[in-house]
Amino acid sequence: MAAEATSRSARSGTGWQGLVLPLLLPSWLVIGIFMLVPVALMAVYSFLTKDFRGGIVWQFSLDAYDQFFVERGLFGDEPPLPNWTYITIFWRSIWQAGLATLLCLIIGFPTAWFIATRNPRHRALWVFLITVPYWVNLLIRTVSMRFLLRDHGPFNEMLMAIGLIDSPLRIINTDLAVQIGLFYSYLPFMVLPIYAAVERYNFALSEAARDLYAGPWTVLREIVLPTVKPGIVAGCILVFVPSLGAFLAPDLLGGARTYMIGSLIDEQFRGSAGNWPFGSAVAMILLTMVLAVLLWQVRVATREKR
Amino acid sequence: MAARTDIRRYMGFGALTALCLTVLYVPLIVVAVYSFNASRSITAWGGFSTHWYVDVFVGPEAPIFRAAAWNSISIAFLASTAATVIAVAAAVAMVRGGRFRGRQTSFAIISLPLMVPEIVIAVATLIFFTTIGVRTGYGTILIAHITFCIPFAYLPISARLQGIEDTYELAARDLYATRWQAFRLILLPLMMPGVISGWLLAFIISLDDFIITNFVKGAGMETLPTAIFGSVKQGIKPNIMAISTLMLAVSVIFVTLSYLINRIGQKAR
Amino acid sequence: MGLVQTEKLGNCGSLQREAVGIKRVVKCYGSFEALKGVSLSIADNEFFTLLGPSGCGKTTLLRSIAGFEDVTEGEIALYGLDIAALPPEQRPVNTVFQQYALFPHMSVRENVAFGLRMKGVAQAERQARAAEMLEMVHLSEFGDRLPSQLSGGQQQRVALARALAPRPRVLLLDEPLSALDLKLRQAMRVELKQLQETTGITFVFVTHDQEEALAMSDRIAVMSAGEVQQVGDPRTIYEAPVNRFVAEFIGETNVLPVTVSDVSAGRARVALAGCRDLIAQAPEDLSPGAHHVSIRPERLSLADGGEADLTARVERVVYLGTDLQLLACLPNGASLTVRLQNTARTSLPLQGQELGFQIEEGAVRLLVD
Repeated sequence: MAAEATSRSARSGTGWQGLVLPLLLPSWLVIGIFMLVPVALMAVYSFLTKDFRGGIVWQFSLDAYDQFFVERGLFGDEPPLPNWTYITIFWRSIWQAGLATLLCLIIGFPTAWFIATRNPRHRALWVFLITVPYWVNLLIRTVSMRFLLRDHGPFNEMLMAIGLIDSPLRIINTDLAVQIGLFYSYLPFMVLPIYAAVERYNFALSEAARDLYAGPWTVLREIVLPTVKPGIVAGCILVFVPSLGAFLAPDLLGGARTYMIGSLIDEQFRGSAGNWPFGSAVAMILLTMVLAVLLWQVRVATREKR
Repeated sequence: MAARTDIRRYMGFGALTALCLTVLYVPLIVVAVYSFNASRSITAWGGFSTHWYVDVFVGPEAPIFRAAAWNSISIAFLASTAATVIAVAAAVAMVRGGRFRGRQTSFAIISLPLMVPEIVIAVATLIFFTTIGVRTGYGTILIAHITFCIPFAYLPISARLQGIEDTYELAARDLYATRWQAFRLILLPLMMPGVISGWLLAFIISLDDFIITNFVKGAGMETLPTAIFGSVKQGIKPNIMAISTLMLAVSVIFVTLSYLINRIGQKAR
Repeated sequence: MGLVQTEKLGNCGSLQREAVGIKRVVKCYGSFEALKGVSLSIADNEFFTLLGPSGCGKTTLLRSIAGFEDVTEGEIALYGLDIAALPPEQRPVNTVFQQYALFPHMSVRENVAFGLRMKGVAQAERQARAAEMLEMVHLSEFGDRLPSQLSGGQQQRVALARALAPRPRVLLLDEPLSALDLKLRQAMRVELKQLQETTGITFVFVTHDQEEALAMSDRIAVMSAGEVQQVGDPRTIYEAPVNRFVAEFIGETNVLPVTVSDVSAGRARVALAGCRDLIAQAPEDLSPGAHHVSIRPERLSLADGGEADLTARVERVVYLGTDLQLLACLPNGASLTVRLQNTARTSLPLQGQELGFQIEEGAVRLLVD
């Protein structure tokens, strides 16, 4: 069917070819003007000079990046040293996001597998169950988690009621609470792409491997995981990327010491204490990291396809 | 014995699935339950009451919530409708346009709002509106929402369109329909489940957005999420739980609708 | 006999009106040439089949006539009118699609009436014609159903009714029977042919199934690799294939290497290693030398020593019910397939047995490679 297949994908007949430009123009314009241009403008801002009272001066400066990476003392007269303050915040964000990704994978993969091996008629319902929390307002979900984990919240009350603990556990305002929040926020993002991959998995491969003397866990490691890897990579990225720039979980569940990138950026744009060029620079660094991760994924995905 | 040889079965996977669903649902259920708590204290259970729901509508904070709800819903309606129209056009071009130059780039542009972190979009949009001298408020929220809703509307629509063979349109053209008639009478009705699904999801995404809205809303302008956030900052009050439960219900209803429409669409094929 | 037939039909063709005229049509997808300068003349009121294997360009050609593909070069004329530049909705041809492409959200009746509606036919007449069409395909009571509520065979009839309702000048059929099971397919062959005869509409039928093509067509164009290999009525195509591709694609045949010694008046003397010289039907311009001949398996019969044209050793006997298929080996090592009718008198040959075979008069055809 080579020729026929080619002709079908070329689709000479439906007559939309001539209209591609006008049909695409609205999306290009809207996203171009209200997203691409703003991001470019933000890049420009990161090289401007900050004014007092949170304003900016249109004058080129590397102050924002300098502030991020270099420590020059309170009055800028000491010998330059690496500034660990912000790098530490980034490092903590990466660590928290990475840990959340790992946790999501440990829980998400078995869940995806379990759902994909259900009776096909019930599968859609299982997927639906995973999807519902995904579409529920993230703010409300985070508030709910905060309510649940409070010192005298239902979780602690329940543990005390069954006598496991005498006094409430301090969970809220700790790194642990942020971790739980990230894990909880993005768990559906892990399950869904892995499910999509496992659903397409040919279970005859498992049978063949078992037939050739592999045990169930060997089959999982040697056959299943490599086969569904693109789904796993997609899931990890869908968890890692938003976790990295998360704002709500650290803000509502964490305390002063659990600062993440999102809060750092947010703070630069609040009131007169703000520093727009610095905030833009931090956002640019975050964006660069995220795009690097996405590019890596695209490369992995295209390599897998070949 | 049968269970031991079932290649699909792994020990503990069922338990982890149960854990996954517990983690996902318990916080929501707990809040929903406590929203019916009669007690003013949010910790102790004081019996069943719908008091806080009444409070949401007629209590001291009711005017704020009512205004915020109106803003949220009207913005979500307008933004999702605009985004859906734009997404339908884009999907037709991408799926039916054959191989054209810039196809990859177009796809990257459409999915850009999914790739850029929300906080970055928020900052960039604020900078943009400030620089061009537009006062932030209802209009800026609406524009920002239309922009980031496009890919959410686009994905279900293009998925649906990809599943519709082009022979239906060819058959219509063959039977003397013009391109526009073939679109209106054949393609659009066949795409409809995807279009509705895309609209519903865009609506929910818009209704849910906090971070971007918080940046571009301007002073004195609130949507439901920003109003809730502002209130939660001073501690979780029972009326917040009631309003959260209401929003939860709206989300669940919308997602269920979207799910059912997609299923009906699949059956009809 | 075959040659005479071709000539006669050639004459007829020039007398009749031309329905579809295809001249030097080329279609390229990038560097791939799907059609390499195809020329065909399809007569009015003809059941014309485009036959060939997957990827031979037959579907591309049909879609070009329908207007779904823009041809790279060449002309397509419909009753003398050049239609190459017209969009599909302005061409007075209709198509029956391979998977029918019935509009899933419209009832059967709405589907059938769709073309008339688009042409602006008034409601009353539309309904009357749709009813008439449904009657014609024996589906009158199914008008209110959705296509998904019909069986495959019924959907096929709806697709036919829908394409015929606007009374096209030419009906294009793109492997319409391929989705049906064998029994239904065989029944539909007869029905399609009858429909073509009663409506008097020119049918252009695309298939890869040679049996289907032979059963229904007035004429067949055998295509391969974007080119027309041979055009002729079923009998000519089967009995007088012009080249090796046609001989091997249509039916079962033995292609054997031979040496041609002299050619005259459409006949040639050929030498097949290990048997007596044979007289073969040959094209006029054939030069002596090494060539191939085609011998259909059913044109061979068992013969005793003196009468046998060739002898072969039986390697396997396949019992097929109505026929026996012998897979045999010629003295030079070439394999030979023979089909014998399974009559009461036929005794099963034994494996390893040396048998003599007689070749029917005129059954040896020289092939151009």
